[in-house]
Amino acid sequence: MSVISPKKPVVEMHSITKTFLDVVANNNVDLRLYEGEICALLGENGAGKTTLMNILFGYYTADSGQILVRGEKVAFSSPHDAIENGVGMVHQHFSLVPSQTVLENIVVGSFRGKFFLDTAAAKRKLLELQNRFGLHVDPDAFVWTLPVGSQQKVEILKALYRDASILILDEPTAVLAPLETKELFATLRTFAAEGRSVVFISHKLNEVMEISDRVVVLARGKVVAERKTSETSEKELANLMVGHELTKQPYSPSRKTGAPLLQVSGLTVKNDKGVVAVKDLSLTLHAGEITALAGVSGNGQKELAEVLFGFRELLQGSVMIGDQPLPFGSPKAAIESGIGRIPEDRMTTGLILDLTVEENLALENHTKFKKGWTIDYRALRRHAEKLIEDFSIKTAGPGAIARTLSGGNLQKIILARVLSASPRIIVAAQPTRGLDVGAAEYVHRRILEARDAGSAVLLISEDLDEIFMLSDRIAVMFEGVIMGMVGRREASIEQISLWMSGVKEKCA
Amino acid sequence: MRLIMTKRPPLSGWIQVLLPIGAILVTLVLSAIPILFAGGELWLSFYSLFKGALGTRYNLLETFTHAAPLTFTGLAVAFAFRAKFWNIGAEGQLLAGAIAAAWVGINAPPLPAFVLIFLICLAGFLAGGAWATIPAFLKNKLKVDDVVSSLLLNYVMWHIMGFLLFGPMQMPGSSWPRSAAIAQAAHFPVLLSRSRFHLGILLAAIAVLVVWFINSKTELGFQSRAVGANARAAAFGGINVNSVIFKTALISGGLAGMAGVGEVAGIHFHLLMDISPGFGYSGIVIAMLGRLHPVGTALSAFFFSTVIVGAQSMSRMTGVPTYIADVIQAMALLVMLIALLFTEYRIRVVRD
Ligand SMILES: Nc1ncnc2c1ncn2[C@@H]1O[C@H](COP(=O)(O)OP(=O)(O)O)[C@@H](O)[C@H]1O
Ligand SMILES: [Mg+2]
Repeated sequence: MSVISPKKPVVEMHSITKTFLDVVANNNVDLRLYEGEICALLGENGAGKTTLMNILFGYYTADSGQILVRGEKVAFSSPHDAIENGVGMVHQHFSLVPSQTVLENIVVGSFRGKFFLDTAAAKRKLLELQNRFGLHVDPDAFVWTLPVGSQQKVEILKALYRDASILILDEPTAVLAPLETKELFATLRTFAAEGRSVVFISHKLNEVMEISDRVVVLARGKVVAERKTSETSEKELANLMVGHELTKQPYSPSRKTGAPLLQVSGLTVKNDKGVVAVKDLSLTLHAGEITALAGVSGNGQKELAEVLFGFRELLQGSVMIGDQPLPFGSPKAAIESGIGRIPEDRMTTGLILDLTVEENLALENHTKFKKGWTIDYRALRRHAEKLIEDFSIKTAGPGAIARTLSGGNLQKIILARVLSASPRIIVAAQPTRGLDVGAAEYVHRRILEARDAGSAVLLISEDLDEIFMLSDRIAVMFEGVIMGMVGRREASIEQISLWMSGVKEKCA
Repeated sequence: MRLIMTKRPPLSGWIQVLLPIGAILVTLVLSAIPILFAGGELWLSFYSLFKGALGTRYNLLETFTHAAPLTFTGLAVAFAFRAKFWNIGAEGQLLAGAIAAAWVGINAPPLPAFVLIFLICLAGFLAGGAWATIPAFLKNKLKVDDVVSSLLLNYVMWHIMGFLLFGPMQMPGSSWPRSAAIAQAAHFPVLLSRSRFHLGILLAAIAVLVVWFINSKTELGFQSRAVGANARAAAFGGINVNSVIFKTALISGGLAGMAGVGEVAGIHFHLLMDISPGFGYSGIVIAMLGRLHPVGTALSAFFFSTVIVGAQSMSRMTGVPTYIADVIQAMALLVMLIALLFTEYRIRVVRD
């Protein structure tokens, strides 16, 4: 279903496959990039976009497949080779040296062979590029003093300085304010107008529609569709991205919805970069009910969850648990006020992999095992043994180091820790991401049990299958706001995907 | 060609024990090279080293005596490193402890020995601990790198000591940077006759047990292990990370301070500029070689003490300079780090 283009392909990637341990990140992917075009690579988180482009950039080596640049077969063994061949990439995480100036960062690595750097000439070349592409940053400013938006400009200038004719941008707008995004788009258009090519990675549909000439949709490591931007719509792309009909039967719905247990009102939160990530958000969770928060990751879900976990400060608004306000800056207080935490990044904030299973099981409530200054390790072990049994956690024993367990069993540790404390409110973020079918089903059953026992559950997920199976109500989050909320029985997958892509209208 | 490092599953208990022993053996073999370079006859050199450190009752007790400050500084570093509080400042904390102990020992009113000894220990512990809380505070509040701040504070304390010994604490009538003698009652009692085996060695042994107890039985031990392994997860789990770092610093610095107390009250009875030949820095190597375990740290302190004491007699017998002891210490650290690299990571060479 390739879209015919009269122009010459500058990059051809054929049957690229890349596996990480047991994850197939790219599965037999074909991708072509033409002269003078802006090609959007669209897909949910984990679809394999970054991996594919890292392969083109020489950062990873594909397990199999071929790459041709301007008709010639290439095998880049490092980004350096890619840069020599005119391929530049701006990663999501910048690779600038904060203690150096803009000019030094840009010039570093591009004057090999020469012993002395001709600063004046380098600056002239840089200023010329800045004027041509409208990328204004003071060449003598230290990088650490620059806001993220300007740092991104430096990264782009770095690629331009080395004469990149193919520019890959990995979710560049994630760190930009709307006005900066406009500027970036202008730059990209100038770049493409010179006959050069851009790969624009994103999961934001409106941006893709605005900037690209062509869209390649990636899902679960495969190319699922390719469209001319002028011949598609946000709605079609949203469906392609999610990519499938619902297959599984929903679980039984809530039998009895009880009192409101958690009330979020007017919540505004900044992310780590200081950008507002949650805007004036209000949400109520009821006892005995699962509220799903659907949406593509990176739309403020993480920040919202971190506020509820007591970790992140809020800018405005309030969170009430029953009639008590949730204290902030104290995860301990959040735990004690009855919030059960199933975090999205279970390996880094959920568990301590170098500690034992029993220590992880007691991480949030080890003070319960205190006897004076000491910890009653015998009681702690009994507690762990019981949970290992109750939750059938497969481990060599309570004293085993957590790192030795499989992903599903690590998630069971978190689940056991949370549920054994009988929390009134459970915040579960991507609770089954990366788990196999059996483990995922187990997690679902346990969450349903907790709901039926009267807990209020907030299920933050990108997986629409999961959301439709598990939830009683579905809210959709996009760019920090809730686009809409419906009961699960009334919800349609079309409506949800539309909201997920930032379109507010209601489906007919 | 690239090197790819992936973390291996954790080591089993036995390898944890065998690893440092293997590292010591490799170090001894490697130390043949500088010994030969320095013109020492190999077997005679090793013989005189071990004989000089362990061969006679007096020498053995000397080795124990020298191991005491090394055990304290080793424990100080090991305790801090376990929480990933990178305390490189045991040297300065030792000096702080020595200064405080000397000041109390010189200026205290006449008191029974056991009271006075308790007081100088307390003063030394608190002074070292307080000095170590400065980098902890800077780390917690201002995100200042603890390696740099704790290291630089060593020089600050050294100059403070210089100021005191050339000024307010200088022995009246002396032109040397040396304090007055501490009261007789403040001297650590010698526990074994015809030796310098003093109370400080017993205190070091007790400190080993106390640190072991804190690590493996108390709430602070649990929390500092969690913070060291993953501070972010610990914070999300409700642990007050700043407070754990602060308490850890206090205890770590206190242990280093005790090394200074022992040198003042058990060996020199004055405060001197060269009260420590770098015990605080050796403590880093000792803690690493001891795998941050208190018993391992004590054993590795004893090994280093053997090398340091033995090097003196080796030097007398063979003419190899005593600096060889520093070389061996440095080699032991490198060997241990390399061994850890290979046991904790799987390293593959990828050709592409
Ligand atoms: N270095 C890596 N090691 C292991 N797994 C990885 C690595 N990089 C990516 N993956 C996995 O490959 C899949 C695709 O990831 P990625 O290319 O980053 O997706 P995207 O950029 O579309 O969000 C994910 O399941 C991710 O977990
Ligand atoms: Mg990505």
